[in-house]
Amino acid sequence: MNAQETETIAGAPDVTEDRGDCGNGGARRGRHKIFLGMAAGVGKTFRMLEEGHAALSQGCDVVVGLLETHGRQDTAALAEGLEVLPRRPVRYRETTLHEMDLPLILQRAPEVCLIDELAHTNAPGVEHAKRCEDVEEVLAAGIDVISTVNVQHLDSLNDRIAELTGITIRETIPDRVLAEADEVVLIDISPEALLDRLRAGKVYPPERVETALNNFFRIETLAALREIALRQVAEEVEAKRLDVEVVGAREELVSREAPQAVSERLLALVEPYPGSQRLVRRAWRSAQRLGSDLDLLWVKRPGRPLTQAQESALAALRQLASMLGATLLVEESDDLARTIAQVAEARGTTYILMGRSRTARGLAKLRTPLPQQLMSRLPGVDVRIVADRARRHEPTP
Amino acid sequence: MTVALPIAALLLGLALGFGGAHIRRRRARRLPAVARTRQILLPFTVTTLSRRALEAAIRLALAEQAVLMPAFLATVPLTLPLDSALPRQSGVGMPLLEAIEQRAAAEGVRVDARVQSGRTYRHALARLLERERFDRVIVAATESSGTGLSGSDLLWLLAHTDAEVMILRPAPGDTRTVSGRHLGGHF
Repeated sequence: MNAQETETIAGAPDVTEDRGDCGNGGARRGRHKIFLGMAAGVGKTFRMLEEGHAALSQGCDVVVGLLETHGRQDTAALAEGLEVLPRRPVRYRETTLHEMDLPLILQRAPEVCLIDELAHTNAPGVEHAKRCEDVEEVLAAGIDVISTVNVQHLDSLNDRIAELTGITIRETIPDRVLAEADEVVLIDISPEALLDRLRAGKVYPPERVETALNNFFRIETLAALREIALRQVAEEVEAKRLDVEVVGAREELVSREAPQAVSERLLALVEPYPGSQRLVRRAWRSAQRLGSDLDLLWVKRPGRPLTQAQESALAALRQLASMLGATLLVEESDDLARTIAQVAEARGTTYILMGRSRTARGLAKLRTPLPQQLMSRLPGVDVRIVADRARRHEPTP
Repeated sequence: MTVALPIAALLLGLALGFGGAHIRRRRARRLPAVARTRQILLPFTVTTLSRRALEAAIRLALAEQAVLMPAFLATVPLTLPLDSALPRQSGVGMPLLEAIEQRAAAEGVRVDARVQSGRTYRHALARLLERERFDRVIVAATESSGTGLSGSDLLWLLAHTDAEVMILRPAPGDTRTVSGRHLGGHF
């Protein structure tokens, strides 16, 4: 293929790489390798077929369970030399659809099966509603599966993609399919290169190119999808690294430290008063830049009912959190520093943002300030005091 | 001598206590009651916020010692749940709120911002008015369609709020809008 892809690999070693022979004769569950892309045309199917040829050349019994070429000649040509199982016709509302033949795959029992378009919804009347469920059955039969999917088909990303593109994706797969895969390989290509491929007719037939360019295939959309796909694989890497490393005596050490290695998580300390919104906005901007999640925490003193103004400010904070996609947590406690530390540990916080504390009076002046308390309770967590920029020209008291 | 010392300490304590309470009462009398603080709503959308509307709102808030409540209205597509996160619209709205707060704070006006989502701008406004009471609403009418609150939205607003509604007439020459571009630091 012309465009050179970068592969980002999450998970265990290659399906075919770590053993001299392929398959296991149904002795264990098959291994699942998924090629993930940001959009159609990045080269997932192409890469899947190349992987099939590699396995074949190593002497494995490889079949193509389902291939969608979308009329791409390069792709169809690459399938030559591989055994392609026929599809089965399924009658549905006066139409004949051609679906993957699951019983035939199970009967043929190859060592490796290539199955394209994991998120496909099957025609009514076959064994399962979704192709990813068919794949589950193939894996359960001890057959290794190499499959493909685009990132927008993941359930949890559906809303985000809809807001981003204005297009609601109907065919989705549960996130656990990706999480449970033995290996996820991101097929990455720059948006510009993908658009070049689209215009050259390598993705869709010429009559569909214009529509695609006006809808899904806009450069800003592709850039955002690419970022989502990269982040998704980074999260997979992180999750799998934890699975692999959290063992034995090192368990506590690794589980406490490992989440910090890949992603940031911000915690903003708020109170129900108008000034907190500014802190939340700052925290959200920081979270956006770091590509991290944001939690908001209010530690409420027990036994103190909210005033009307506080109720109103709390409702406004909830609305703001909802719009920004942040999580608002309310904990009741007298021990502010301890509660914050507990929440930060539970949520995997790497960064705490707080506003300027009120001026201490009387005996309170003798207490250790909250930022110092947090830094001593949470080593390794950054603590940032957010300035009130609206007051930046005020003389220092 | 042994009795006089504790009694003196007790008297001193009582005097300080009464003195503190008296100061607090006087301070409370001086501060305006929270319930009486007037609230001026300045709704705006992702498309634009007129500089004229903001300046009028700040002037009025100063004159009335009112709290300025800029409210960012966002729309949620029908395909998404009403409480969905809206990162793209927030990316425009949050810097605008920051710009308004900084501008108002520089004039000494208190600000209590709001955000509200709805299926349409009118729906978002209706949800906000359901929840909160405002004394005055300031909106700028625009000549171009599709830039935030439409003429029918303004008519709806007049019919559905007890607050005084101030609609600034469109001024063709006035193209100045509030922008978050010049915000320093994290914005």
